[in-house]
Amino acid sequence: MSSIILSTTIRLLLPLLLLFSVFLLLRGHNEPGGGFVGGLVAAAAISLYALAEGVAAAHRILIVNPRQLIASGLLVALSSGVIPLMTGRPFQSGLWLPYSLPVLGHVGTPLLFDLGVYLLVAGMALLIVLSLMEEE
Amino acid sequence: MESVFAVVVGILYATGLYLMVRRSIVKTIFGLALLGNGANLLIFTVGRLTAGRPPYVPIGALEPLPPVADPLPQALILTAIVIGFGVQAFALVLIKRVYQTVGSDDVDEMTTTDRIADDGGSR
Amino acid sequence: MINLLFLPLVIPLATAVACLLAWKNQGLQRIISLIGSFLLLIAAAVLLVTVQQDGVLSVQGGGWAAPFGITLVADLFSALMVCVAAGMGLVVAIYSLADTEAEYERLGYHPLMQVLMLGVCGSFLTGDIFNLYVWFETMLIASFVLLAMGGKRAQMEGAIKYVVLNLIASALFLAAVGILYGVAGTLNMADLARMLRESESSGPIPVIAILFFIAFGIKAAVFPLFFWLPASYHTAPMAVTTIFSALLTKVGVYALIRIFTLVFFAELAAWQPYVLAIAGLTMVIGVLGAVAQDEMRRLLSFHIVSQIGYLIMGLGLLTPLALGGAIYFMVHVIAAKSALFLATGMVLRLTGTTELKKLGGLYRHQPLLAGLFLVAALALAGIPPLSGFWAKLALIWSGLESGNHYLVVAVALLVSLLTLFSMTKIWAAAFWKGAVVNGATDTPLPLSRRVYWQMAVPTALLTATTVLIGLWPEPLYALCMDAARQLLVPDAYIFAVLGVQP
Repeated sequence: MSSIILSTTIRLLLPLLLLFSVFLLLRGHNEPGGGFVGGLVAAAAISLYALAEGVAAAHRILIVNPRQLIASGLLVALSSGVIPLMTGRPFQSGLWLPYSLPVLGHVGTPLLFDLGVYLLVAGMALLIVLSLMEEE
Repeated sequence: MESVFAVVVGILYATGLYLMVRRSIVKTIFGLALLGNGANLLIFTVGRLTAGRPPYVPIGALEPLPPVADPLPQALILTAIVIGFGVQAFALVLIKRVYQTVGSDDVDEMTTTDRIADDGGSR
Repeated sequence: MINLLFLPLVIPLATAVACLLAWKNQGLQRIISLIGSFLLLIAAAVLLVTVQQDGVLSVQGGGWAAPFGITLVADLFSALMVCVAAGMGLVVAIYSLADTEAEYERLGYHPLMQVLMLGVCGSFLTGDIFNLYVWFETMLIASFVLLAMGGKRAQMEGAIKYVVLNLIASALFLAAVGILYGVAGTLNMADLARMLRESESSGPIPVIAILFFIAFGIKAAVFPLFFWLPASYHTAPMAVTTIFSALLTKVGVYALIRIFTLVFFAELAAWQPYVLAIAGLTMVIGVLGAVAQDEMRRLLSFHIVSQIGYLIMGLGLLTPLALGGAIYFMVHVIAAKSALFLATGMVLRLTGTTELKKLGGLYRHQPLLAGLFLVAALALAGIPPLSGFWAKLALIWSGLESGNHYLVVAVALLVSLLTLFSMTKIWAAAFWKGAVVNGATDTPLPLSRRVYWQMAVPTALLTATTVLIGLWPEPLYALCMDAARQLLVPDAYIFAVLGVQP
């Protein structure tokens, strides 16, 4: 499927959507948003790109395989649970940096967990969508 | 409000069960999806339907200002929806594959695993 | 060291992640999954020893206090089950080295196996009913994929039945959890136990209990909800069938025992005759199904159902001796039944078939395999001094002691006899009788030494376990009795979770 309208729009929309997905990820702790929604938006952006430019092009801009995204997402989420374990607290206790960072704000292991969810959901959704598109 | 939800949950369950006893596996999977949604809505209803604000505790207070809805059932539903999403995605791919291998979506044609003295094996 | 409780969850997850990261390198994945399974067994053994010494352990995920956070609890029963599951995980991981096709490995067999173990360990350790649902689903999704992965026609048909029935069970489970929350306002099992012990059994509580019984009953394959099991289990590769038969239905039985001794004790006591009737019917129907079969894997699949009946009988009799016997039976049946499945897998590899009509005379070529199968088969039937004898003895003794459950005791004895008949039939047909003309055993398929031992060692390990706990039952027996007492008087459990005396 090639449509000039879609491929022109997606060039503008893709960076915006990806930026929006990161925005959703970061505001997720105390406001609507979070890793799950962010990951879905990111996956939707890439899927749109795949619709406009083809699956091969989508794999090119993704650089890594969606499976790698799933694995790294799980790894990041797991590490957010294990870090408190190292300090002798229960699994997944929230640990926070004592000072705020610019842009990110107050950072702690819950953000790490959300980042893991973001990568995992994006990878999972893309794996399903891209392999179904490849089959056709 | 609760009674409306109770009726909706009942309809979802009835439709889901009806679809599940059909012979077409596509309808069966739809029925399962409806059944799952019925269960989610049921949890939502028993968590008491309150039109209120988010259950955040204001700074300095010990409990949230009423009226607030119980947040736990909603968290449970969120989890259940995500799990249902994964399971249904799998089920859709499965029925597609089943249709490709069996060549039919009628459960009555899928009896090779039930016959006695027949090598229904994997090799 | 309270964080010990997290290790049986962290290790399989980390192993699955490592396997995913090594996606392209299947050799590396095998090594990783072996190491992970081994570490899990060590962690589970340490957990069991710690629980034995220090009593019930509990920890709150994320440090959120008890009824609000997600609680992990290990009493003797759950620690023992985690230990057995981890042992099975390791045995099957070794067996998989030889028995897994390249196509399966390419599609992610090893990470899925670890996710399955994660779900099983999580179900055993959680102290929260909704969390139990989540672990069930984790386990189920992994098992769905493992079952359907081969893509053959029989597997697809089996998978449809398995998936649909299990999803119905999940929907019922979820609805039950929802109504329970609406009634009790908490989902923490210890908190529920404390609350429901004080209140009377009335109103919606029995309905919720029935919903839970049906949901877990489908997963545990009790009569009349077992039809999905013999229709699907035998279609998967042997290693997968073995781990399914060893762990998945047992998780259902575990959930039944846990929820009904802890939360719905009054209901269980009131329904004792019905539970015992279900137990008896499960035993009889299962074994009759097995007797009718002529194919080894299906025959054994029906025996899974039959053995579940004994476990339910232990739950139904509801004395410490019966519950302890059921727990002992669980360990015994996991070892013996898995040994039978693994040996059947070797028969399949050696001859290319598992149909009794085409088999025969295997004893001549494979005396070791024949011996292993015979010992495991006799253990399953309950011949002294093997493990099955002590397990059945405890159950039957308890049934006689209670004085008015003679019928179920008679049924249990009769089913033992039928099991023995079915086991002799399968052994005689496959190993003992003369080779069939133009049958499959004329020319045994070549099996390299390495592959042979990779399959024989796990089978022998399991058979040795049944012999060991048969000849020297005392330590395990004492452990099971302690576990049963903890189940029937859950004060320690409630105290460990909530920090208050009930």
